[in-house]
Amino acid sequence: MKKILIADDEHKILMSLEYSFRKIGYEVFIARDGTEVLEFLKTLIPDVILLDIMMPNLDGYSTLEEIKKNEALNNTKVLFLSAKNNPTDIEKGLEMGADAYVTKPYSIKKLISQIEELFNS
Amino acid sequence: MMSSFALFAVVLVYLALLFLVAHLAEKKKSKIWINNPYIYALSLAVYCTAWTYYGSIGVAATSGLNYLPIYIGPIMVIPAWIYINTRIVRISRVNKISSLADFIALRYGNSRSFSAIITLVCLFAIVPYIGLQIKAISETFHLVTETPMSKNILTDNATFVVLLIALFSSYYGTKYVDASEKRLGIISAIALESFLKLFFIIILGLFVIYFAFDGFSDIYQKASKFPDFKAKNTFNGIEGAMNWMILCMISGTAICILPRQFHTAIIENRQEKHIKTAIWFFPLYLLIFTFFIFPIAWGGRLIFEGQNVNPEFYSILIPQHFNNTLITVLVFLGGLSSSVSMIIISAITLSIMVSNNLIIPYGLLGKFKAENEVQNTRNITNIRKFSIFGLVILAFCFYKYFILKTSLDSVGLISFVIIGQLAPAFFGALFWRRGSYKGAVIGLLAGLAICYFGLIIPQYYFSYNQDVKGALREIYDAFQFFDIPYLTRIPEIFFWSILINTGLFTILSVSMKGDYRERNFAELYVDIDKYIQNHENAFIWRGTAYVSDIKNILERFLGKKKTEQAMRIFNIKYNIDSQTETADSRFIKFSENLLAGRIGTASAKILIEGVTKEDKISLKEVLNILEESKENITLNKKLIEKSEELKQLSNDLSSANENLIIKDRQKDDFLDSVAHELRTPITAIRSAGEILADDDDIPLDIKREFLNNIITESDRLSEIINDILYLDKLQHGEIALNIHENNIIETYKKALSPILHLIQQKNIHISEVDLLNQYIFEYDEARMIQLFHNILGNALKFTDEQGTIQTKLSEKDDFLIIKVFNTGKNIPEEDLEMIFDKFYQSKNQNIIKPTGSGLGLAISKRLVEAHSGNIKAENSGLGVTFTITLPKKNQKQ
Repeated sequence: MKKILIADDEHKILMSLEYSFRKIGYEVFIARDGTEVLEFLKTLIPDVILLDIMMPNLDGYSTLEEIKKNEALNNTKVLFLSAKNNPTDIEKGLEMGADAYVTKPYSIKKLISQIEELFNS
Repeated sequence: MMSSFALFAVVLVYLALLFLVAHLAEKKKSKIWINNPYIYALSLAVYCTAWTYYGSIGVAATSGLNYLPIYIGPIMVIPAWIYINTRIVRISRVNKISSLADFIALRYGNSRSFSAIITLVCLFAIVPYIGLQIKAISETFHLVTETPMSKNILTDNATFVVLLIALFSSYYGTKYVDASEKRLGIISAIALESFLKLFFIIILGLFVIYFAFDGFSDIYQKASKFPDFKAKNTFNGIEGAMNWMILCMISGTAICILPRQFHTAIIENRQEKHIKTAIWFFPLYLLIFTFFIFPIAWGGRLIFEGQNVNPEFYSILIPQHFNNTLITVLVFLGGLSSSVSMIIISAITLSIMVSNNLIIPYGLLGKFKAENEVQNTRNITNIRKFSIFGLVILAFCFYKYFILKTSLDSVGLISFVIIGQLAPAFFGALFWRRGSYKGAVIGLLAGLAICYFGLIIPQYYFSYNQDVKGALREIYDAFQFFDIPYLTRIPEIFFWSILINTGLFTILSVSMKGDYRERNFAELYVDIDKYIQNHENAFIWRGTAYVSDIKNILERFLGKKKTEQAMRIFNIKYNIDSQTETADSRFIKFSENLLAGRIGTASAKILIEGVTKEDKISLKEVLNILEESKENITLNKKLIEKSEELKQLSNDLSSANENLIIKDRQKDDFLDSVAHELRTPITAIRSAGEILADDDDIPLDIKREFLNNIITESDRLSEIINDILYLDKLQHGEIALNIHENNIIETYKKALSPILHLIQQKNIHISEVDLLNQYIFEYDEARMIQLFHNILGNALKFTDEQGTIQTKLSEKDDFLIIKVFNTGKNIPEEDLEMIFDKFYQSKNQNIIKPTGSGLGLAISKRLVEAHSGNIKAENSGLGVTFTITLPKKNQKQ
């Protein structure tokens, strides 16, 4: 069973994502901000991490930096999920080493297939 | 008393002191010294010579008030210096003028002959005057040492003193060749002498008043017993007054034109602002002298009554009478100071004139053809050195053979009258454009002729040969016709000579137009303030000249390095390519100026003329060009002003533009945050919708939850959109406030009731504190409800379970103060102001992202400001307080 860690400060968005990924057989972990993510990562090695960028306490960018330092997570796919749409933000996210940058609002179906492609490539 | 040897030693020490001061001043050149206006002002006191020190006392004792004009004349004239001398200084600086002759001759076309004539006039006037000083030194020397005058020059101690002075002057006076270089050493020595002579006369004066007598009134009482006292000390009707006035005019003219005064006041002036100090300092100096002369003179009369003693030397004789060697010697030194300073300065300035206007142009220009700069400079210096020496010797001879029997006073006055003949040309140069060369020269010569006839001949011929008859005497007697009954000889001659001089000058200048060259200089002189910035442009010249030829000449006197430097500055100033081969009028003027500093304007002109070929221009053309140039200068000024205005305007536009750009960027940023805020609820809605659409067997409760999400998030979206639009309207003043008198407590209750149950749900304790004296205030109730709603809602969000919200209402002066306190986390210091920004998201971790639009506080702030109040947040202990301050009264609708 693949593990997915989802981080977003909006409860209703988390709800939808949690439901959808549970439906297709993932083990889902929920975090409300970057610090909770790092807390998880002390003991968990997920297969996928979905990161919102604008989160309190520790934002998505800083969280990704920390993730990159962790060698154990070299095979983990990290995707940004953000309402920040302009090309500069997308470029920045990808340059930081995210495997993908998904803009809100997104289609959950498309998100799922994107993740699958990442595992196949 | 004192032995000759001892006094001679004193004199040597004194001269050594002068030498030391001059040497130190030259060496140190400290700023205090150079920029000191008092040194300048003191140096002007070279006006007070032995004549002042001894002669005036003689006059005061014998003819009473007639000693005053010599001082009163200058005191009356000097205030005008603030205007006149400033201009003269500027003209002289710009044209590198090195002497009085240069100044006058340049103005009238820079004629070599005119400058030669002026030099000769100065020689005739001043050499006897120098002789006067030597006479004073010699006689006082013998008085103090109580030795008889020796007939043999070689054993006469005065001779040696004179020699020393000549050596001193020729060394320090010729150190600098260029007119623009100031002789700091000499001027410092002169200033010291001026100080000493005043100091010593004060000592003598106090000695006479308080020691020889019992105070000023004592002298006055005793002296008034003299039969002639009253007569001498009042004006004897019109006769006395007129004589007096003309004597004042004579000395008033002299203070401006005497070569030594022109030299110290103009040539050695370092800063124009020094003139301001001189204007009060110098008259004050003269007044002090006048004050003490009176008691000394009459004290002398009283002491030496009945004895046949020369009143001119009362100042030496009085202390000697009381056997006070110290004061006698001090007075002697004071007199020595006054003589020596006069001799030095006059010798220097005369030598400059003689070398620049007589020797060089009429003999030695040829000598400068092949030499190099060092050689040439040395030649010029040597010529000047010899001139100084020669002049002093000449004066000495004059003293020995001519003035032995004449009084100091009359020689001095005659000298003034002769030099005064230069006055019409001098003042005309400054103020009258039409003054022409011919007029000036002829006027001058006529005036001189009258002086010669009226003063010199009787003085020197008739006093020595009382019985001369013959043609000369007859011609002379014929002129009795011109006698003015009220005036004595000297004022009378002064009156006639100046009258004829000025008359001829005016008539001839008006009837015969000068050539264009004179007119050119006339414009430059009279309008110096206009042309001072680029005076080279004011010089009209047309013809052919080559830069290289002129450069050669310059190098011969300035040296290669200085010439190159000067030319570089010139090229930069007028934006001229250094490769230019031909010289224009500006360059001609520029070169003449440079040379004039070394060898005088007349010789400079001759040298430059030698390598250029001038075309004739008509006077009319010159005047036209000058008019144009003047217009250009005014136009230029206007252009510069306009350009400044435009620059200012452009700057203003720049900053306005920047503001617009910033506003624009802020708007972009705002739109960005709006988009961001909108996308979040839309994402929730879409995700919920997608799931509901695709999943057939979704559990019912989850289904309901998702449907709920869609609804609430849609609401939220609405709220955001509404708030954004509302805030925009508020900011643009599009929401008109509906201000009426309302009851604040009731408004508060209205705002509170919708959220009361939410507050109770969180078990929060809410209370109000009422400290009001009145309840009716002026505001828009709907907005106020909205405001309370926002703030209370905010408090609700951030208060923990079982926390407290407290509202305190109070008044202060004209303001209503509402404080809403809630327990809960503090807001970070740096965020206290920023939370009122739109969509503000704290960088700091401790703020829970509020639900709602994120615009609540921004809207609150705008609402408060619309009421002319203010809102702020601060941390208070265990929670946060929002303070709203509103004016009690607001403009009603």
